Amino acid sequence: MTNYIKLIALGVITLFALIAANYARDLAYLVNALTIALVSGGLFLWVLRHTDEPEAGVDLSGEYLDGVVRAGVVATCLWGVVGFLAGTFIAFQLAFPQLNFDWAQGYANFGRLRPLHTSAVIFAFGGNALIATSFYVVQRTSAARLWGGNLAWFVFWGYQLFIVLAATGYLLGATQSKEYAEPEWYVDLWLTVVWLAYLAVFLGTLVKRREPHIYVANWFYLSFIITVAMLHVVNNLSIPVSVFGSKSVQVFSGVQDAMTQWWYGHNAVGFFLTAGFLGMMYYFVPKQAERPVFSYKLSIIHFWALIFIYIWAGPHHLHYTALPDWASTLGMVFSIVLWMPSWGGMINGLMTLSGAWDKLRTDPIIRMMVISVGFYGMSTFEGPMMSIRAVNSLSHYTDWTIGHVHSGALGWNGMITFGALYFLVPKLWNRARLYSLSLVSWHFWLATIGIILYAASMWVTGIMEGLMWREVDANGFLVNSFADTVAAKLPMYVVRGLGGVMYLTGALIMCYNLWMTVKRSPAVEATNSAVPAE
Amino acid sequence: METYSLLRQFADSWMLLVLFAFFVGIVIWVFRPGASKIYENPANIPFRHEDKPAPKRDADAKEA
Repeated sequence: MTNYIKLIALGVITLFALIAANYARDLAYLVNALTIALVSGGLFLWVLRHTDEPEAGVDLSGEYLDGVVRAGVVATCLWGVVGFLAGTFIAFQLAFPQLNFDWAQGYANFGRLRPLHTSAVIFAFGGNALIATSFYVVQRTSAARLWGGNLAWFVFWGYQLFIVLAATGYLLGATQSKEYAEPEWYVDLWLTVVWLAYLAVFLGTLVKRREPHIYVANWFYLSFIITVAMLHVVNNLSIPVSVFGSKSVQVFSGVQDAMTQWWYGHNAVGFFLTAGFLGMMYYFVPKQAERPVFSYKLSIIHFWALIFIYIWAGPHHLHYTALPDWASTLGMVFSIVLWMPSWGGMINGLMTLSGAWDKLRTDPIIRMMVISVGFYGMSTFEGPMMSIRAVNSLSHYTDWTIGHVHSGALGWNGMITFGALYFLVPKLWNRARLYSLSLVSWHFWLATIGIILYAASMWVTGIMEGLMWREVDANGFLVNSFADTVAAKLPMYVVRGLGGVMYLTGALIMCYNLWMTVKRSPAVEATNSAVPAE
Repeated sequence: METYSLLRQFADSWMLLVLFAFFVGIVIWVFRPGASKIYENPANIPFRHEDKPAPKRDADAKEA
């Protein structure tokens, strides 16, 4: 019966997508409509071929749903490489503008590829890592199978479709010009549907948990899911110019729009890239170190302090703008207060290793996790400092900001994800161990040195250009033209690009290592089974 | 009073107080007597049920 409803729905969607493609007012909309028609048409055939087959009717409640986590691990690796590659390429585009090829003008120049890079690493790489690990962690810490049957698969594939729609849209020029919220209105609506399904799966699993207590990692994951839903909906309030076009008009305007955007933007950092990844930290660091978290009390205070304070920090992106002074001061003060929960969390993660510090010497995975938490501490020190108005007057609009973001993203988010992937793959594919630990070490050092090259060159070039912009001569005239600063930055841009190459190489080594783990490592007997072992 | 001023006044008085009191309340609650002992159990959740879900409740009762 449900198959008939699915068939009707998919058929209607295919039809409307084709009608939309016919009336499309712009190329991005046309391509997106055809993509949707293709996907729903394909699904229609797939469902049709499986209709009226006898249902298996096996009780799977004694078994974790790991297939979707495996798919998520594969997607994380693939999107990670795509995102890092795009980032490295645009880094070299900045150093050598000739790489903005004439034949690809309007499609593959820096302006089009930059949102592709940011969305690929944050939402495709980071988002898939968050969805996959949250599904893994919530099942293990709730001792229950994921709620909603195949709804988790809908979340996974729906999210991939969102990524593809957004990415093709960027290249073809569909953007609402909001940083980290570029996708246009219909892609936003689709993401809302997928995200609510994600919330339902996660909450449903928590509701039917067999552990009386909700483990702290799940608190972080849940706050990430709920807050991102709220941020996404409010920041993307817009009215399409036409149902058959990708262009839309924002509901807010002027400084209200700017404030909404950075309320969203900073909390995307705070809840997507921090709270969600802290959920990872609170599960995978204790697991890899084989000891419980340093202080469970501290983790509870960490959680509440973080979510109470982060939400106010957005206005520090709008110092010296039309935003009222009181609002930007509020954002600055809360950013500085954030120091405390951030460092509390960092200490909690690092001290989990107390009594097991020797593992740092022998286990490259724990080394990865520790350096990740270290970078978390470093960038959450740097961020509040940069939010201080006087410091911001130097750092804002310079590459210092880019360096700061990347020490957080490559260091904290990237490294903790790599650590989690190395932990997950042998477990998910029932392998005795990873294919090669020395390749993990190679990855670790390539990535670490890559980040250091990246962050250090951006500090130098950022502070340099900040100082050059404000330099005045005895008569009060500006000394440097903008082009002077661009010319002075070339060596640092090349170093940054090399850092990116190293980071990308590390990720490729990881993909090879994980692939060989699945192919070559000795298998162990599956333990995730409803059938009790004899 | 127009909406902005009304909300603004509420936000920086009662709401601020509620949020602050809630937060302080949590900190005090976390350090309640006997908490260390209670939190030992949840801190070890990651080390249970790694392979498969906990058995159904009726099976629980039999084991206990």
